Amino acid sequence: MNLTDDDVRDILRLLDSLPYAELRLETDSFRLWLRRTGDGEWTRATQVLSPPAEVGPAAAAEPAAAPAPPAAADTADRAGPAREGLLEVRAPLLGTFYRAPRPGAEPFVEVGSAVVEDTVVGIIETMKLMNSVPAGVRGTVVEICVANVEFAERDAVLMLVVPE
Amino acid sequence: MADHTVLIGPADPAASYLDVDAVLGAARTTGADAIHPGYGFLAENPRLAAACAAAGIVFVGPTEAQLAAAGDKLAAREHAVAAGLPVLPGGEVRDLRSARRLAGEIGWPVLVKAAGGGGGRGMKKIGEPAELADAIELARAEAGAAFADRRVYLERFLSAGRHIEVQIAGDGERVIHFGERDCSIQRRYQKLVEEAPAPGLGASTRAALHAAAVALGERLRYRGLGTVEFLVAGADFYFLELNARIQVEHPVTEAVYGVDLVAEQLAIAEGRPPRPAPDTTGPDATGPAGHAIECRINAEDWTRGFRPSPGMVTAAVFPAGDGIRVDTHVQAGTRIPPHYDSLLAKLIVHAADRTAALALLRGALARCEIHGVTTNLPMFAELTRRPEFAAGCVDTAWFPAFLERRDSERIRERAGEGAGRG
Repeated sequence: MNLTDDDVRDILRLLDSLPYAELRLETDSFRLWLRRTGDGEWTRATQVLSPPAEVGPAAAAEPAAAPAPPAAADTADRAGPAREGLLEVRAPLLGTFYRAPRPGAEPFVEVGSAVVEDTVVGIIETMKLMNSVPAGVRGTVVEICVANVEFAERDAVLMLVVPE
Repeated sequence: MADHTVLIGPADPAASYLDVDAVLGAARTTGADAIHPGYGFLAENPRLAAACAAAGIVFVGPTEAQLAAAGDKLAAREHAVAAGLPVLPGGEVRDLRSARRLAGEIGWPVLVKAAGGGGGRGMKKIGEPAELADAIELARAEAGAAFADRRVYLERFLSAGRHIEVQIAGDGERVIHFGERDCSIQRRYQKLVEEAPAPGLGASTRAALHAAAVALGERLRYRGLGTVEFLVAGADFYFLELNARIQVEHPVTEAVYGVDLVAEQLAIAEGRPPRPAPDTTGPDATGPAGHAIECRINAEDWTRGFRPSPGMVTAAVFPAGDGIRVDTHVQAGTRIPPHYDSLLAKLIVHAADRTAALALLRGALARCEIHGVTTNLPMFAELTRRPEFAAGCVDTAWFPAFLERRDSERIRERAGEGAGRG
């Protein structure tokens, strides 16, 4: 069963006539927590527990459900070990990495390109926003670790640069 | 929440939500007889409407031809002119010589806009004649890459005005309106606050806006819900574009008209006429009741250039009570992915008048708590305390100026802190 906004309003009307400041309601399918704040107004937190039934896969569906997100702490390590003496260009935020300003255009940099701190080396698309990635270091690109249009975690190593 | 879900592909929207075959495949798998396209992705895509028609599935929206006419901003502009709507002086760029002459007639600065753009995309201001040739060439190239359509047009640049839009509904014959919304609080053409009705609008301007929107709908023999957007400067107004879908901000209209716009959409799709036009003037007026305001709660950090903040929501507490509506997909444990835009929740308040709605909104915002991702809630708390906002009638230049002032205050505060520590 699902709880509608009207249901919640009806419950609040009942509670308003009663001396209680908090209600916790839990069923197999949802949790509802209503709480009166200092000024007598209400807040609600809802949790739907049973996910909706999944209907058989459509055309190109991938069967794997989204796994639990990994702890953010070790993402940098998983991006590959830093090599001795090389500088890293890391993803400032997670998202899709683009090596060129638009499809079909020349990449911002290639292996062998010289970069300075504010050289744009790529774009990370997060939540439909394009964020340019500055090198942040000075030197020559020796390796590109994340391919074009590949997903990059925050702090993932995108490129390795040999210092000047 | 949904009764059933179908996985239509990977997280990348290009291979799922924007894939017409994947969406139709899901409809076939479930035996659905209609597709409601929502307000993003393929909502205004003529290809989806055509594919639905071919598959014998009802597309909940306008016809393929109407979607095409609304999506082509030049065609929409021509329809608007033909329907008698005022538009900003302008026209299509055919060659540089005629563009120069056109810009001279319009007056500098001018805007160059992509025919395939809209919603602020594919638009650039050109300050002076010397910039024209390069700006047009760049605009053509960008429009070609982004919209697969190199056509661009020029329009007079208005530095500010109020963004006011009219909700229309049509059954393919008759078109009615559900009043207007004021969406002048925008950042980079992204709306953040919307309200209905538009505060402080003169009765004749209001009536003229409604009539203009209905006239455009009637010219197109419009079917479904649509929004006609206008730029209002004083008593003058200009047609901007027609959005051929239900919009994010539709709940403020629902609140003041006591109507369920999605139910209206479904009724129209089933071949039933929309309910009678609301009468806002006669003795039996069934026009807007009270005032409604919506805030778009986004996962973005307004103190750091609105940087997006995907991640895991650890707690989500929303206000509840009379006159408060929260539309959200967020609860504790929700993972906000980086693949889609940052809208987390819509908070809508409705009260007897604007003053009461604003008071309700301030209290409701104070009771919102979302942890785990950064949200723009603190921005709304500040914004709704500003006297200019409380007074109403701000134009589109006000919010960017508010942000700029806030940024420089923040820089001064940080400098002050640094000096204090030093």
